[in-house]
Amino acid sequence: MPTTYNNPVYPYRRPPELDSDEVRHCPVVIVGAGPSGLAAAIDLAQQGIESVVLDDNNTVSVGSRAICFAKRTLEILDRLGCAQPMLDKGVTWQHGRVFFQEREVYDFNLLPEAGHRAPAFINLQQYYFEEYLVDRAEALAERIDLRWLHKVVEVEARPEQTAITVTTQDGDYRLTCDYLLVADGANSRIRDMLGLESRGQVFQDRFLIADVIMKADFPTERWFWFDPPFHPNQSVLLHRQPDNVWRIDFQLGWDADPEEEKKEENIRPRVQAMLGEEVEFDLEWASVYTFRCRKMDDFIHHRVVFMGDAAHQVSPFGARGANGALQSTENLAWKLARILKGQAPEALLATYNTERQLGAAENILNSTRATDFITPKSRVSRLFRDVTLELAEHYPFARRLVNSGRLSLPCRYDGSPLNGPDAEGFPAELRPGSPAKDAPVRLGGKEAWLLNRFGNRFVLLLDGRVDTARAEALAAELGELLARQDDLDLVIVGPAPDALGALPRTTLVEDTQGLVGERYGLTAGGGYLLRPDQHVAARWRELSASAVDDALARALGAHLDTTTDAATQGGRHATA
Amino acid sequence: MPRLELNPNFTDPDAFYAALTEAHRERSEAESERINARLILLLANHVGDQGVLEEALTIAAQAAGPAQQQPR
Repeated sequence: MPTTYNNPVYPYRRPPELDSDEVRHCPVVIVGAGPSGLAAAIDLAQQGIESVVLDDNNTVSVGSRAICFAKRTLEILDRLGCAQPMLDKGVTWQHGRVFFQEREVYDFNLLPEAGHRAPAFINLQQYYFEEYLVDRAEALAERIDLRWLHKVVEVEARPEQTAITVTTQDGDYRLTCDYLLVADGANSRIRDMLGLESRGQVFQDRFLIADVIMKADFPTERWFWFDPPFHPNQSVLLHRQPDNVWRIDFQLGWDADPEEEKKEENIRPRVQAMLGEEVEFDLEWASVYTFRCRKMDDFIHHRVVFMGDAAHQVSPFGARGANGALQSTENLAWKLARILKGQAPEALLATYNTERQLGAAENILNSTRATDFITPKSRVSRLFRDVTLELAEHYPFARRLVNSGRLSLPCRYDGSPLNGPDAEGFPAELRPGSPAKDAPVRLGGKEAWLLNRFGNRFVLLLDGRVDTARAEALAAELGELLARQDDLDLVIVGPAPDALGALPRTTLVEDTQGLVGERYGLTAGGGYLLRPDQHVAARWRELSASAVDDALARALGAHLDTTTDAATQGGRHATA
Repeated sequence: MPRLELNPNFTDPDAFYAALTEAHRERSEAESERINARLILLLANHVGDQGVLEEALTIAAQAAGPAQQQPR
């Protein structure tokens, strides 16, 4: 049992529905209070939507599980109001070493780009990650009804709404909802109940995770061994988590017996051989797993929406499971919020599937490539793997081929139906569909971060360094735009003439280090439209209010309305 | 867009061929396989362009037959 962490026990509460004859109807019910379910509930709450969250357990993750949270995830969490405890608790590392057989073949330093609030990633045990999300969800209790030890046992999915039966220690009750969000994990029971499938590849391999506590100092580096003498023909990964806990992943091969391998007397000699005889350690937690790369063909079934591992599952190499999950929930939340508030057609929901299918496919591709490098599937691929590692010791080019998991990068929604116009001369990295980039700014005389000005609502980022005449014309146009578009705020990169700064719902930032201009390729009078999930919707060299109106309508899916299948209800109520 | 060069491009074709076979002289099959694998990686990095490399892979993976440039 873990000694560095005590799992919190969250209280069961008797639901009011047990004492009522009426079936309560909710806009949103979420199944599963793991990373996806909690993030979705928080995101929806911040955008004005209430939800009921049901979890059949009463604590957070048992064991460290997902431990690597990438920059984009930290940016999402910052928007959700809970990045700081993660950043405070998490450990960052930049230095890694790769070993092949007896030798270290090379080391690397990640040297992340400066001028971003979030680091390239942090290592943090999943239980802390979930605990901080629960804390945040509890702070939003007026909109999030978080119910522990409530288990969904029946689901009836219809085109217009979903009905569920929930069982508790005090009895069963029913709920109906406009949308049921399912985040009940890789072996989703709800998915099974609805006869739906997640399809893909099972990797014929087993891995042992051991969390150990080092009794002496050990460097904060990621070490990856291919075919080490202490564990021949397999791979081993070591990296650091908070509380002086070290995660060790041993590849075991398909023939290993999970129950035997999990025993402390079998783990100890293996870890000791790896760390060296003199290193003292305690074994904290161990688990044996196999993994799959798979996804559902459609994440939406009537009004049941699948998220996280229930929707898409990847191998752990490259840390794209929980990171991909958070990108999915944030993609869903803003769309669902606007559909429920009547600000967008229901057809917008289908773009959660199209955009996140792209993300899931990318994540599966990357994690499969890493898996194939780590565990070659044939004699020849093993040969290429080994000579790549040999060459890597002497020649930098070969290091680019060594793949022990790539840093998780966010998906760019190229070709999304929500993308608006692009223009010449802008950086390709921020084309429509891309996640926005952070940069340091000054706001009201204080240091601040650009990304903290985006999100939850649409934002128009305008380079306001124009002359007075242009500013007055723009201010008149944008004033009317803001008056008719309730869901839009304005962020102006200054110094800008007073006419612009005086607009309502407008924030004036200064690009003190020139990084906003550099990263966004901004010039006077040009700008970007950012979606509530901080992805770029459109950008212009010379923006006009009418062009922004069109791009907003497009980002909200107005043009999709007539293209949906109108058979079930006709018009705007047909989706999924 | 760069294409795979299928016309003669060697500065000294006969010398290259001799050097290639020389590298494998008196090597075991296992050693020869490793030499070839290293050579492929070294040359692939030198070529660099993914389109050209895929073209070469396609031709190499075809059973014997005329080397045809694939339409792209």
